[in-house]
Amino acid sequence: MRDLKAVGKKFVHVMYPKKSSALLRDWDLWGPLVLCVSLALMLQGGAADSKDDGGPQFAEVFVIIWFGAVVITLNSKLLGGTISFFQSLCVLGYCVLPLTVAMLVCRLVLLAGNGTVSFIIRLIVVVAMFAWSTLASTAFLADSQPPNRKALVVYPIFLFYFVISWMILTFTPQ
Amino acid sequence: MSNSSAPSSSRIMSTRNACTGHALRGGGSAVIDMENMDDTSGSSFEDMGEMHQRMKEEEEDEAEGETGTAEEEDGEFLGMKGLRGQLGRQVADQMWRVGKRQASRAFSLYANIDILRPYFDVEPVQVRARLLESMIPVKMINFPQKIAGELYGPLMLVFTLVAILLHGMKTSDTIIREGTLMGTAIGTCFGYWLGVSSFIYFLAYLCNAQITMVQMLSLLGYGLFGHCITLFVTYNIHFHSLFYIFWLGVGGLSTLRMVAVLVSRTVGHTQRLILCGTLAALHMLFLLYLHFAYHKVVEGILDTLEGPNMPPFQRVARDIPVVSNAVLNTTAKAVALTL
Repeated sequence: MRDLKAVGKKFVHVMYPKKSSALLRDWDLWGPLVLCVSLALMLQGGAADSKDDGGPQFAEVFVIIWFGAVVITLNSKLLGGTISFFQSLCVLGYCVLPLTVAMLVCRLVLLAGNGTVSFIIRLIVVVAMFAWSTLASTAFLADSQPPNRKALVVYPIFLFYFVISWMILTFTPQ
Repeated sequence: MSNSSAPSSSRIMSTRNACTGHALRGGGSAVIDMENMDDTSGSSFEDMGEMHQRMKEEEEDEAEGETGTAEEEDGEFLGMKGLRGQLGRQVADQMWRVGKRQASRAFSLYANIDILRPYFDVEPVQVRARLLESMIPVKMINFPQKIAGELYGPLMLVFTLVAILLHGMKTSDTIIREGTLMGTAIGTCFGYWLGVSSFIYFLAYLCNAQITMVQMLSLLGYGLFGHCITLFVTYNIHFHSLFYIFWLGVGGLSTLRMVAVLVSRTVGHTQRLILCGTLAALHMLFLLYLHFAYHKVVEGILDTLEGPNMPPFQRVARDIPVVSNAVLNTTAKAVALTL
């Protein structure tokens, strides 16, 4: 119960990113695991036809998220960051929450139809959530860097969430 | 006896610690901070691993000093049986320590990411300057041009190329049977960067060019900036002629820059020709490949826009028997006339 409450508190912290250090101090990887698994499950149903493999498989999404988070963490450590390996993984994993919410909204919108209007709605939602994710993780991670190198750390995070949001946006269920 | 030996050994250890210098504190950290080292050349890594290992062992010896004395007293109390057990235990302990020392030395040497830290020591201004410089060919090829051995820019450019490639693959509805889109994109880009760098480094070794592996990785990585720009524009605006203009212009500029830098570092006409010809060919062909490999449906859309009666693009060899027969007949007649 105590762990669940800690995870819940971190979710709230991500949705309202203030400069608090609760995410950094008591890191845990439960939240990122749950988010990653749910995102991968939701991104799966796009390949009903075995000939036309149009959607990312579960393993692909899983590997992209964890491999990408590890690369960003290594990069920020090599650039002289003072944050530890698992703290950074924790922050990056938790900041996938807005994109998971976007995926949920996209799936609901796609139930209604697959036209231009639904595409515009999905585009707006995904772009907004992508910006939120990037800003949230930047707010937590940029403080641990030397001040003149923040741009070098933010760019890979931007790329990482961009690839995930692109996967969400181009998802079309068969 | 055992009690009196302990303080003298600790005195020896403390003097040894003082001799190794203020920067190497045995603080128990498993990672050596490169910024405190004056010498960052490759040969000092083994020395640092050696010193680090020795420091860790001294700490462990100090800690084990107290527990070791208790074990010795225990063995003497038990007599002969205790002595033999004591001997066996000491041999096992010694072997364990030797094995552990070798394993930790290997680990602290190779799994230490601080080895890569000097190559990531850049400022954003420097990265931006290098990105712009990678499109400007140098004029002075008689003097060896300086290449920054930096890996941050190239790594980020490769990842950006992966992202752009994914976008292109998705908009052209590429079907990948054995594997995944993401795996193909990452494999292509990293394979090109690492593979072609190694190949050109090998050729440079054969042609006596003065370039190190990191510099080659850095040069080729920054050369991918032109590729990123070209593909970003042409995956979104689909005109064949535009692509060819960008291929020659932007791709050509970045290739020229790489070629000029390599020429400035090589002596001899044949060697320069081999090295630069290979690099130019591979670089330009890679851009061509990236554009055309993921272009099927886009060409179909263009054809249907230009001519409503034309079928979608098919890569099928078209046999036009009427024309070929006519050609055959006329040549046969011409040959018969001349004979």
